[in-house]
Amino acid sequence: MMRFIAGRIVYGVFTLWFLATATFFAMHAVPGDPLASEKAVSPEIRRNLEVRYGLDKPLMTQYGIFLGNMIKGDFGISYTQKNRSVNDIIREHFPISAQLGVLALLWATIGGIVFGAVTAYYRNRWPDYVSVVAVIICISVPGFVFAALAQLAIIALNEAVGSDWLPVAGWETGSFRHMLVPSLVLGLGTLAYLTRLMRSSMLEIMEADFVRTAHAKGLGTQRVFWQHQLRNAILPVVTVLGPAIAGITTGGFVVEQVFAIPGLGRYFVQAVQQLDYTVIMGTTVFYGAFLIFLVMMVDILYGVIDPRIRLAPERLRHQGGPI
Amino acid sequence: MSTQHYPNDWFAPAPVHAALDLPVLPPESYWQGVWRRLKANRRAFGAAVFLIFVLLFTVFGSVLWPVDPAKQDPGVLSRSFVAARSLPVAMPDHWQAPRLDWAANVPVSGLAAPANLHAVSATSDAVRLVWQPVAGAQHYRIYRREGGGAGRGIPLAVIPASYLGYEDRLDVHAQDYHYTVIADDGLDEAREGAHLMVRPIAVISLLDAQLQGLVPLHVPADIDTLHVDLPMHPLGTDHLGRDMLARLIAGGQTSFFIGFGAPLLYIFIGCLYGAFSSYVGGRVDESMMRFADFVIALPFLLFMILLRVAFGIGAGESGVMALIVAMVLLGWPMSARLVRGQVLQLREQPFVAAARLMGAPSYYLVWRHMIPNVMGVVIVSLTFAIPGAIFTEAFLSFIGMGVVPPIPSWGSLCNDGIQSMLTHPHELLYPAALISMTVLAFNVLGDGLRDALDVNLDVRS
Repeated sequence: MMRFIAGRIVYGVFTLWFLATATFFAMHAVPGDPLASEKAVSPEIRRNLEVRYGLDKPLMTQYGIFLGNMIKGDFGISYTQKNRSVNDIIREHFPISAQLGVLALLWATIGGIVFGAVTAYYRNRWPDYVSVVAVIICISVPGFVFAALAQLAIIALNEAVGSDWLPVAGWETGSFRHMLVPSLVLGLGTLAYLTRLMRSSMLEIMEADFVRTAHAKGLGTQRVFWQHQLRNAILPVVTVLGPAIAGITTGGFVVEQVFAIPGLGRYFVQAVQQLDYTVIMGTTVFYGAFLIFLVMMVDILYGVIDPRIRLAPERLRHQGGPI
Repeated sequence: MSTQHYPNDWFAPAPVHAALDLPVLPPESYWQGVWRRLKANRRAFGAAVFLIFVLLFTVFGSVLWPVDPAKQDPGVLSRSFVAARSLPVAMPDHWQAPRLDWAANVPVSGLAAPANLHAVSATSDAVRLVWQPVAGAQHYRIYRREGGGAGRGIPLAVIPASYLGYEDRLDVHAQDYHYTVIADDGLDEAREGAHLMVRPIAVISLLDAQLQGLVPLHVPADIDTLHVDLPMHPLGTDHLGRDMLARLIAGGQTSFFIGFGAPLLYIFIGCLYGAFSSYVGGRVDESMMRFADFVIALPFLLFMILLRVAFGIGAGESGVMALIVAMVLLGWPMSARLVRGQVLQLREQPFVAAARLMGAPSYYLVWRHMIPNVMGVVIVSLTFAIPGAIFTEAFLSFIGMGVVPPIPSWGSLCNDGIQSMLTHPHELLYPAALISMTVLAFNVLGDGLRDALDVNLDVRS
């Protein structure tokens, strides 16, 4: 067990190092440089700026400095937002993204498990058909379209009811009504995937021998459902929590953009567009570390829950793929 | 220990019953069976037909609808439908507002409203207003309001009292305008102004017509009644007056190019990688798969963004190649693992062992048994990879990291459309519907194909 966990951690650290290195060199391959957007400056001032940001040193020295600072948890100062450190940006805006993401993940897991179990239970009857169609639509429609449609729906609803309780966009710290619709939109795709997964896993379990045994020894339908079917069917859902979190994190880029939420995703996209080196590197490494850590935790958790996984590490690796 | 004796006639061949009551099915190959099962699946077949239509639409659309997707029709911005129309060309002329030679500079208490305000000409090129002088006026102020609402609208100009006319060229369209002309005495506006509602007729200025190549550059000066035919826009125009239908076709070409190009490439590379790895086996196989696992563990979209930024976009490039290369670099390991798993499984199958026992050479095993059996899962993974790639492209274009503006893609059309979603929803709805329905069709087709390739699900066997 310890060996398994240690192996996962080494793997995670290695991935993180690769991510940081790739980010660093990717940023330096970009044509143009962060000082190019400044007003025309004299060569002397430009040289001073380069010294200030360490751009005058050889590439490998810069890389060494970057890695050293990263280990210390210091991502430097933003090039475009004066006197704002990357750590400040992350500290200020990540909690917003995290609140939104946790809520979205909550909707997705609860919804996915409930809908999946219900549709499997009502197999080939109308609740099943309705949810199968809903799932395939949710998987096929891009997140930004849902976000836009949700905004239109809010406007229509507010006009019909004659109140503005549900805001169309924007953010207020700790305000649930600002989070409600964006988090639902953000969780929708994952919810659909989890419903599909839960349905097939539930169908498989319903045919299993131990379920028949449970029925045969006279347990009530309720008890078999809760104790034997549901608990076992939830297992595969745990495996996809890693990619689900990744999907919700990147989906946040879009939802934050559409709903004008000042989360970290929006700053990341902005930084990429402005070629703000330090912010891109800091945010990427931060996001990467966050995702790698969570996927690692999910892996370990799954290994703890299901001993078969520890013995067959090949099955453990999650399915990647876009969004 | 007793030996059992069986009568000899037990081992005689059974008589052939001519009317043996067994259903006789014509022999069919694996792929014939797949095709039959796929045809029987109504939904999958419908999805396939829809996809063929969308493909024909994007490939041949630009032949049937040869409109330049980048061409702007400045008269019609963000319209949901524009019919074909013939517009008169407004010749450039220098209009002089009527002037007073002499104005009595006598202060008057209580300025009147300008009398007889009317338009001497009203076209979408220019609206020309004239009015009668007001005694004691120092200036005239002109306001304009569009359509409904109340008030005077935006202030257009303050002109000296010696002018008795005004030419409005500020973004005039063929719609109702309410003009207000008010005199002022140098300090305050008069209480009352003159009002006039004008609906300019649609024209196109000679310069615009020449810029769009609708009329030759050298126009005989005496032609006054020149008309040009402007094209219709069946699906409307976007915020720059570009034809939506042409943009949807061009966007589809980009989206499909990326959506087909990237998965075909990375699945091909992945297949080679996986096949090689499983063929060699041992240490090499293990380390090759370790590397594939490692690439899978990288956060996909984060790396897509990074690679897309790192490749940069030079002058005159569309960003399509950068997207495809980034997708290929990150996408191959999935199919490599898929193929390797299949090959390892197949290798243990009795029919492979039997073939080997009969002395089949390696190339025969690969050609006759491995490739046809692996083909199925590869095709299924391709039908799921294509919508994935279209989605990724749309996502990246949406956050501004995809194709570069003059080239449209469905994702970037959505990005443009979302800006004006509340006022002109058609700009978002068309590309969004196309993306959604295409991805939906690919998903349904993929499901159907997966079922069709699975012999165990066949009712016939």
